[in-house]
Amino acid sequence: MYAQMVDTGTPSSATIDAREARFQQRIDDGIRIEPQDWMPERYRKTLIRQISQHAHSEIVGQLPEGNWITRAPSLKRKAILLAKVQDEAGHGLYLYSAAETLGISRDQMVEDLHAGRAKYSSIFNYPTLTWADVGAIGWLVDGSAIMNQIPLCRCSYGPYARAMIRVCKEEAFHMRQGYDLMLALARGTAAQKAMAQDALNRWWWPSLMMFGPPDGDSVHSAQSQAWKIKLFTNDELRQKMVDQTVPQAEHLGLTIPDPDLKWNAERGHYDFGAIDWDEFYNVVKGNGPCNRERLETRRKAWDDGEWFRDALVAHAEKAAQRAAAKAA
Amino acid sequence: MKNQWPLWEVFIRSQHGLAHRHVGSLHAPDATMAINNARDVYTRRNEGVSIWVVRSVDITASNPDDKAELFDPAQSKVYRHPTFFPMPEEVKGL
Repeated sequence: MYAQMVDTGTPSSATIDAREARFQQRIDDGIRIEPQDWMPERYRKTLIRQISQHAHSEIVGQLPEGNWITRAPSLKRKAILLAKVQDEAGHGLYLYSAAETLGISRDQMVEDLHAGRAKYSSIFNYPTLTWADVGAIGWLVDGSAIMNQIPLCRCSYGPYARAMIRVCKEEAFHMRQGYDLMLALARGTAAQKAMAQDALNRWWWPSLMMFGPPDGDSVHSAQSQAWKIKLFTNDELRQKMVDQTVPQAEHLGLTIPDPDLKWNAERGHYDFGAIDWDEFYNVVKGNGPCNRERLETRRKAWDDGEWFRDALVAHAEKAAQRAAAKAA
Repeated sequence: MKNQWPLWEVFIRSQHGLAHRHVGSLHAPDATMAINNARDVYTRRNEGVSIWVVRSVDITASNPDDKAELFDPAQSKVYRHPTFFPMPEEVKGL
């Protein structure tokens, strides 16, 4: 997902102390944890990893789509894409703020991302080769994100849950504009339809990988689920995504690139083919098609903006000094 | 790194005459920039017609450990709610 394979740490001792038992009881009773409340160090650290990774994904996620802003085929599509990419920046900011309530600074998170210490979602390391990729991202990538984020609106940590509510409201626009773009291409010329099919071919499997490794290999899931910062397993969400998307692809007249995909009446779900997990782990390790380029672009934006950030601080300091001098 | 902007809490008043409500926080070098940033981050979809920003360090919050002391006494005072008083059904306007 936007946060993949989040490490939950190792319990320090076999016995949970009384405070931790009370904390777990609160979570089990459905009472939200707020920033000033006592929380186990592992919960705090896991959430910092999860929320910051999610925030980084929103920020890096601007890059593949931003690539097409100047080349959008119409003013309408350009305005929509601009609004969408601006939303992604906003989502990153809501999430950074939520993470900061856990005691990590914004600059520390940014530095961790730029130094390659913090992860972001594997999906954003794939290139956007054609305009149809913008549609496929909205439809499939944002579609997958919504599937994961709607349950997170009920997660145990108050600031994270509140940020997710805002994000989910806006993501619905993202997914719909993507599907609308795919519809326009699918109803267009043969070349436009082929472009849409090509985008689906390239984004389908990476979108399914977004949910993270299969449940059997997902070592931190049990702890995250007990803490209610993960509400469904990776495989549950992935199945939901497949079931939801197949009829949408059929409506577009596009073919999902999976020969093993078929309805299983007994299970009431679609069966689908094996995912290439080697590819996923390779991208997570930094060897995807765009890992290096994404980080370089982020670092450059940060470095190039430094003089401006500093100038705003200098201006604020001068204005404060002038106000103080006037008052004296 | 050296120049991290201070944190501000953002409050927005919607169009419907309700009070300003806390919507989140952001970093900005001064109050003017905090308002500008809040407009971009928190009002992209007509969420409000007025913005307040307050430096986060200027907010004093109650301590969660004092929760019982502060809020439990209200629980035993059910008579403060109008529903405490059974009213004769045939009498109107109460």
